[in-house]
Amino acid sequence: MQPILEIKDISKRFRISHDKLPYLSLRDSFTSIFKPGSSTTEEFKALDNISFNIQAGESVGIIGRNGAGKSTLLKILSKITPPTSGTIISRGRIASLLEVGTGFHPELTGKENIFLNGSILGMKRKEIESKFEEIVDFSGVDKFLDTPLKHFSSGMQLRLAFSVAAFLDPEILIIDEVLAVGDTEFQKKCMRKMEQVGREGRTILFVSHNLGAVANLCKKGIVLDSGKLMYNGDADQAIHYYYSKLIDNQGVLKMLERKDRSGSGKFRFEAIRLLNKENSEVSVYKSGEEMRVELKLKATNINDSGKVYATLIIKDSVGERIMGLASAFYNKEILARDGTIITWKWRCQLAPGEYNCGLSMYEGIIGGIVVDSIPDAFRLNIEEGDYFGTGVIPPVRRDKIFSDFEVISST
Amino acid sequence: MHDNRIFVAMEYEIKPHEKLSLGIKELWQYRELFFFFTWRDIKVKYKQTFFGFAWAVFQPLLLMVVFTVFFGKGQQPEGLPYPVFAISGLILWNIFSTGLTGAGNSMVTNANIIKKIYFPRLIIPISAVLVSLFDFIMAFIIFIVILIYYHVHISFCWFPVMIITGIIITSIATFGVGSLLAALNVKYRDFRYVIPFMIQAMLFLTPVIYPVSKISIGWIKYILAINPMYSAIELFRYGFNGGQELQTDLICISIGSSFLFFVIGLYYFRKTEVYFADIA
Repeated sequence: MQPILEIKDISKRFRISHDKLPYLSLRDSFTSIFKPGSSTTEEFKALDNISFNIQAGESVGIIGRNGAGKSTLLKILSKITPPTSGTIISRGRIASLLEVGTGFHPELTGKENIFLNGSILGMKRKEIESKFEEIVDFSGVDKFLDTPLKHFSSGMQLRLAFSVAAFLDPEILIIDEVLAVGDTEFQKKCMRKMEQVGREGRTILFVSHNLGAVANLCKKGIVLDSGKLMYNGDADQAIHYYYSKLIDNQGVLKMLERKDRSGSGKFRFEAIRLLNKENSEVSVYKSGEEMRVELKLKATNINDSGKVYATLIIKDSVGERIMGLASAFYNKEILARDGTIITWKWRCQLAPGEYNCGLSMYEGIIGGIVVDSIPDAFRLNIEEGDYFGTGVIPPVRRDKIFSDFEVISST
Repeated sequence: MHDNRIFVAMEYEIKPHEKLSLGIKELWQYRELFFFFTWRDIKVKYKQTFFGFAWAVFQPLLLMVVFTVFFGKGQQPEGLPYPVFAISGLILWNIFSTGLTGAGNSMVTNANIIKKIYFPRLIIPISAVLVSLFDFIMAFIIFIVILIYYHVHISFCWFPVMIITGIIITSIATFGVGSLLAALNVKYRDFRYVIPFMIQAMLFLTPVIYPVSKISIGWIKYILAINPMYSAIELFRYGFNGGQELQTDLICISIGSSFLFFVIGLYYFRKTEVYFADIA
């Protein structure tokens, strides 16, 4: 059978000019005529020769770090932006959902927005009319249909928006991150709807940071990194690849060179070491053992110093946040300068497994100016250990977290 | 099973941008979106206004009163009472000015949609012109009332023909200049400031509020005739000004210019539209 989607040698290059805004003023254009080469430009490959095929009925998850090219790929598949080279052959109608509620207008009522949004997403008016009841039912905002959207709470707007999208009926559905919206209850409802769409034999392309959702929804997975296709195969294998190859933590990782970070950059996390209580480097911890995570800072201007708060975030293997070890919880302000070393020290409460950790550093209060933030900075491997100090090892893969507790009995 | 699919052709390719076509077939497939964008803009324009659609009538009416008070003393330009002369020009002019403002800014105001979903981009500036045509229909009703009030003689043969001719020339010109400005506006935000200034200047370079016969220097007439609205308004008035003689050479220049703007605007828009999402 011919694949429903053939992606052949797709590349997308952007020219970045270092001294201009992306949109220009006429003056810039005129001056550049007379001063050719006065601005420095650099070519940036958002996608670099990507090729893969998708068979009809497959659900494919696309994963990768921020800036890996996932969104660019979806934009090309959605015809929003053309590729610089390469071709894509599609043998079915593509509907793309890069955002929920595209074209929603605050002045229009709920009902009017259903029609407008549905139409922008490519539904025919008759199609929307015939599904109208179901859409309203799914969204649960039936009481507010004649109320202007600006009076909706943001949660209601999202529910309405997703409900319209949920009733799209294309052969190929492209979805970007939209499941990360709404309250937990509604998210579950959306996931069930998506699973149903998948079972109906529709082809789905799904981009998400929520690797749990990818694992649930997709059979196949594609890993992108720096615009290159790194892995194409089973979803489980792809997730494994993502964690083991791209988020490597073997102490020597050149953290300074990583691009998937944000923040002002006054200080940067430069290097990491995972230590045990004897201060020797380890690659694995046991449950119950003392852990020391040591981070070295680098100042961009060598003489800079300043006060910062730092947080270490621990996430499970599918990216769900488990805990955040924030220095702010202890009102601990860190005096940062070039070469400062921050150490987190705690007893490992984590059950055996792989954990993904993020780092962030900010000035002022929580949510102040971000200095440096790396969402997927390193991994922690935890193996079975004598957490309770009794020699009883808790059964594997039952609990996620251990806690100190007492059992008191009285008669 | 799915006879209402947008992409009738089952197989299509996405390629780097190379060939230039009008994409009429695709526009036809997306025809309902014209309606929805136009309908949205009309709704939003008059939402939360007390007078609603009446604003489409007030604007030319008030301008007519102002111009009559200041310029209209005892004048009978082209054999018409000055208020009739002024409002006939103003209602057509309004298609051009509101259409041009709407279309010229349309790509920037709809940038959030353009970046997130594909549809033929031409739908947006065309819808902006359709919105201004809707305003025209509202204003046209009051225009008829004024014609009756001043007992203006209407040529029943020429009146409908010339109205339609005037509207077509106006729409073509509005779309042409509008889509050109829309495309330029995405890249050069200077045009946001150029548009209102241009419209204001052109109002005085068009025989909207004065007859072209007021201009005595011959060559200036020819320059003013480059303005597409010259022919639209002159032909429109021909339907009810008792068959005043038309300056055929000037009219031809003006019609030619409106078609030229149409072609240039359409060409430039189609040529640059694929990159709108990258730079908007």
